[in-house]
Amino acid sequence: MIGKFAFWPDQASSVALEVDLLYIFIIVVTVATSLAVYGAIAIFTIKYKRRSEDEIPEQIEGNLPLEIAWSIIPLGIVLVMFAWGIKLFYDLSRAPDEAMNFNVVGKQWMWKVQHPTGKREINELHVPLGQPIKLTITSEDVLHSFFIPAFRTKMDAVPGRYTISWFEPTKPGEYHIFCAEYCGTEHSHMIGRVVVMDPAHYEQWLKTGSANAVVSNETPEVAGARLFQEQRCNTCHMTNGLMAPMLAGVFGSQVTLQGGEIITADENYLRESIVNPQAKIVNGYQPNMPTFQGQVSEDALLQLLAYIKSLSKSEAGAPGAAAAASSVVGTSEAQAATTDNQPAPPEHAAPSTGDPPAVVPESQPRPTEQPAPAAGDQH
Amino acid sequence: MSEAHVSTATAHHDPFVAHQFDDQPQQTADTHHDPFVAHQFDDRVQQKDAVTLGMWAFLGQEVLFFGGLFTGYTVYRSYYPEAFVAGSHHLVIFWGALNTAVLIASSLTMALAVNAAQNSKRSRLVGYLLATLFLGCVFLGVKVIEYKAKFDDHLIPGYDFHWDGPLANSVQIFYSFYFVMTGMHALHMIIGVAVITPLIIRAWWGRFSQDYYAPVEMFGLYWHFVDIVWIFLFPLLYLLGLHAH
Amino acid sequence: MSAVAVPKHTEVPALEMPRDNFLNDGYSLKSWLLTLDHKRIGILYMISVSIFFLMGAAFAMLVRLELMTPGGDLLTSETYNKMFTMHGVIMVFFVLIPAIPAILGNFLIPLMIGARDVAFPRLNLASWYVFMLGGTLALTAGIFGGVDTGWTFYTPYSSVYSNSNVILAGLGAFTAGFSSILTGLNFIVTIHTMRAPGMTWFRLPLFIWAHYATSLIQVLATPVIAITLLLMVLERGLGLGIFNPNLGGDPVLFQHMFWFYSHPAVYIMILPGMGVISEMVAFVARKRVFGYSFVAFSSLGIAIIGFFVWGHHMYVSSQSVYAGMVFSLITFLVAIPSAIKTFNWTATLYKGSITYESPLYFVIGFLGLFVIGGVTGLFLAAVGLDVHMHDTYFVVAHFHYIMVGGEIMAFLGGLHFWWPKITGRLYPEAFGKISALLVFFGFNLTFFPQFLVGYLGMPRRYHTYPPEFQIFNVMSTAGATILGVGYLLPFIYMLWSLKYGAVAGPNPWRAKGLEWTIQSPPKTGNFDHTPIVHEEPYEYATLEVNRV
Repeated sequence: MIGKFAFWPDQASSVALEVDLLYIFIIVVTVATSLAVYGAIAIFTIKYKRRSEDEIPEQIEGNLPLEIAWSIIPLGIVLVMFAWGIKLFYDLSRAPDEAMNFNVVGKQWMWKVQHPTGKREINELHVPLGQPIKLTITSEDVLHSFFIPAFRTKMDAVPGRYTISWFEPTKPGEYHIFCAEYCGTEHSHMIGRVVVMDPAHYEQWLKTGSANAVVSNETPEVAGARLFQEQRCNTCHMTNGLMAPMLAGVFGSQVTLQGGEIITADENYLRESIVNPQAKIVNGYQPNMPTFQGQVSEDALLQLLAYIKSLSKSEAGAPGAAAAASSVVGTSEAQAATTDNQPAPPEHAAPSTGDPPAVVPESQPRPTEQPAPAAGDQH
Repeated sequence: MSEAHVSTATAHHDPFVAHQFDDQPQQTADTHHDPFVAHQFDDRVQQKDAVTLGMWAFLGQEVLFFGGLFTGYTVYRSYYPEAFVAGSHHLVIFWGALNTAVLIASSLTMALAVNAAQNSKRSRLVGYLLATLFLGCVFLGVKVIEYKAKFDDHLIPGYDFHWDGPLANSVQIFYSFYFVMTGMHALHMIIGVAVITPLIIRAWWGRFSQDYYAPVEMFGLYWHFVDIVWIFLFPLLYLLGLHAH
Repeated sequence: MSAVAVPKHTEVPALEMPRDNFLNDGYSLKSWLLTLDHKRIGILYMISVSIFFLMGAAFAMLVRLELMTPGGDLLTSETYNKMFTMHGVIMVFFVLIPAIPAILGNFLIPLMIGARDVAFPRLNLASWYVFMLGGTLALTAGIFGGVDTGWTFYTPYSSVYSNSNVILAGLGAFTAGFSSILTGLNFIVTIHTMRAPGMTWFRLPLFIWAHYATSLIQVLATPVIAITLLLMVLERGLGLGIFNPNLGGDPVLFQHMFWFYSHPAVYIMILPGMGVISEMVAFVARKRVFGYSFVAFSSLGIAIIGFFVWGHHMYVSSQSVYAGMVFSLITFLVAIPSAIKTFNWTATLYKGSITYESPLYFVIGFLGLFVIGGVTGLFLAAVGLDVHMHDTYFVVAHFHYIMVGGEIMAFLGGLHFWWPKITGRLYPEAFGKISALLVFFGFNLTFFPQFLVGYLGMPRRYHTYPPEFQIFNVMSTAGATILGVGYLLPFIYMLWSLKYGAVAGPNPWRAKGLEWTIQSPPKTGNFDHTPIVHEEPYEYATLEVNRV
């Protein structure tokens, strides 16, 4: 809780307890081992104190069984730590399907948050208790990192790409948000608070707002639709798909590029297609799309993204589609029915240690989770 | 700074053994005051082993140095294949190919120089070293021509870069790697040219023979390494996307 | 000459300094600045590294003073950021990397293997000049107003946004790297080709094995940071776009390239310290190091495995989940050789004949602090846990335990242990013990609270912090003051000993090792005759029990 002194951070999310358990497990193991070593040192130092100046002790070479034992046993113990650690990490990186998506944009030196309903906040994040929340995070300038100690979550905000973090708040209260990647002069002032409220209060708050938040009727999808018109995207991305690829249902689909490579159209691909369209040209099209780098802000990009995601196959890119989506709260990715932050599927990207910025590091999973291509009205 | 005045009161003072050598059996009178062995070494064998290992270790380090650049190049080529092709097309293959031939020829002359030294052929040694130097300078001259052309075409990343079309940023990255990689390589060539010069002078003075040719051989290793780096640079920078024509 | 605190076993009448030794072999500045003697080069490094240490410590003191209170009341944010950056840059590149290899390694390696000098003495001198050039560049960055990127120089802040002297600082680190490469090259060749007859690989002191492993890393990893910093500097100077996302660049690529060196770099820092401890624990217990070959191979193992763990600095950087898992596994594996060494050192004490002289204090101090540093690495290796701990004070505490608690404690201990050999003088024993105790106590008080406040969530590089974290910071600053005294004391009494300390003689500790068979200080050229080695290392069974 903000302002309260404690020796232990609050456990305010669904994973916090398990993270703490792993922490305590490692503490116990390492304290025990350390005390054993310290004890041995103390005992030996006292017991084998040199008794006379000419004393020469027995010269012991070593002991192979002992070496093997104290190699294998620690190895086994650390492998347990490893396994538990990766299990936790995997959980931390997979948002549940029902997670609400919040957009978080970091810039020197503030955090801008947008709720699914369109409501915005600066340096604050109001969330409903018990609801999984997914954060789509990026930066407008330098590296930042969105850190909520009470939730045990952290993810860097990287300029030029989206990263994902998620949590499910389990305890009402106010908790620190810290920027955890040094970002310049006011790095330590790039802090805020997350306010966990029970769901009814959250709904209430959404409508009325607080001093720090802007009340807005425009969901990201609606704002994106508006931008789509304003930026003239619709002039090329029309229904017939002649001049530019169709956008209906594109999110999450498999796209064939010039040269034959097939990629999955995830958030990072869509973002890149707007700011650096020449990086990946869809097969059969000319590289005619101009870049919108510098013309649309990161917030606007996230809204365009929300709009494009909301386009189902039947709506074929028509601008009116988003109006139907305006009442949607938190299920705008339902059509994707995916968790956006899964690790790269094996048939995909080269297993390089540094993933290309254009494809989200945790990209879309198997095609079986694609939206059904029926001409339905999925949202 | 020599330690000539270290006195060893307890050592038998063998008038045929200079101070820095001890009187162990392997130090024979033959090696007495061997002008080709530095003071810290016991004998020529040890000295040769040491400089050879030293040069190979140094080249290992160089592999990692250029390796960092090659890694960056690989990453960006995978991100922006078209831009890399476009940038590569603008390089003049003729100059690159000429430089490749020049360097390979210079490695040949260098190897022949080492061979000449090993066989105590002084004039041939000097000749081949001069040829190597000449070819190295040709290489650098060609690079000047190429760099100047880039300057005239406004293709100097960051400083003066103009590229029509939407690929501009990515092509600038290509050219950044082009200049840093070829620039680093050219720097190593310049160092090579600078080091070969005193080598030629010493060769002219007859300092190298089958008894002592390690500096020529070690320099040869360095020169071959610089050549090999270029062998990688040439296709990666100049020959991209040719099949697509 | 008054003899103070002579070791108690002295029965021999007062010794005299050797008439000819490397220290009095020429007094002119030129004889020092153009020396080819590895021992003098070691001294040159000792002086410059000590000065850098004092500067780095001064910056640390300002950081800790600011952090006594939650608000930013001592320094502006910009100045504070420059303080921790300069502290890091100086300590990492100009103290921790060179300290043991360039000072103790340079001095002792030829002595320990029975050689007259290193393989390439002129290269050795050049490495010092390159080091000084790098230091000058870095300090110039400081004089011109400092650099505020953090010692990690992350892009795009460093290459595009920062308004500080990034290029100078980056070039300073770049240059210092070449000094490190030259030292490593020299050591590899020296150890391979200049061992005395009979000095087989498995008769080498573990100090040599440690430096050999270190040198491998120095030679292979340092060029990568060189090219990385060069690219970052070029980007900043010319506006290139390699790491700038606005121009199509990838800021995370910088992190990969940076950490590819900087993780092995931490093994450059600790391996030599481990080598020192191996020597000292054998001396203290008057016994062979238990499991000699295991310790030797562990050094190599750490060096090799250490090249494959860099991604554990990047678990939340947008690196892929699977990559994070692989790095986590390998990181846990690299912990094992360090554990093996620790157990072997402890076992060396078993049934030893342990002297309670000051080196023991440093050995125990090292073991106490290094164990904590090492095990806290396990927490960070566990990916799921590191998500919470990354970039908090937990990490700061972990690496200070290893680098300061480990390396600097080992360095200080080694300096004490070999001081008589280097200078021919004995320092006052009691003060050696006091320093070790002050450092140990001060260090724990400084850094242990940082584990706690880190888990609470206090991020690193924070100028101001929430008030509920204050108590931990106050404890930390208090500890830092004690630690500072512990570090300042040796400057005083060791310099004092140069003039007033008792004459040491060749082997005041009665330790085994070729370096202890010759006069103190050694003469230029080290040995009258090349030694022929018959014995295993640490053959205390044949220790002459009468004082030499």
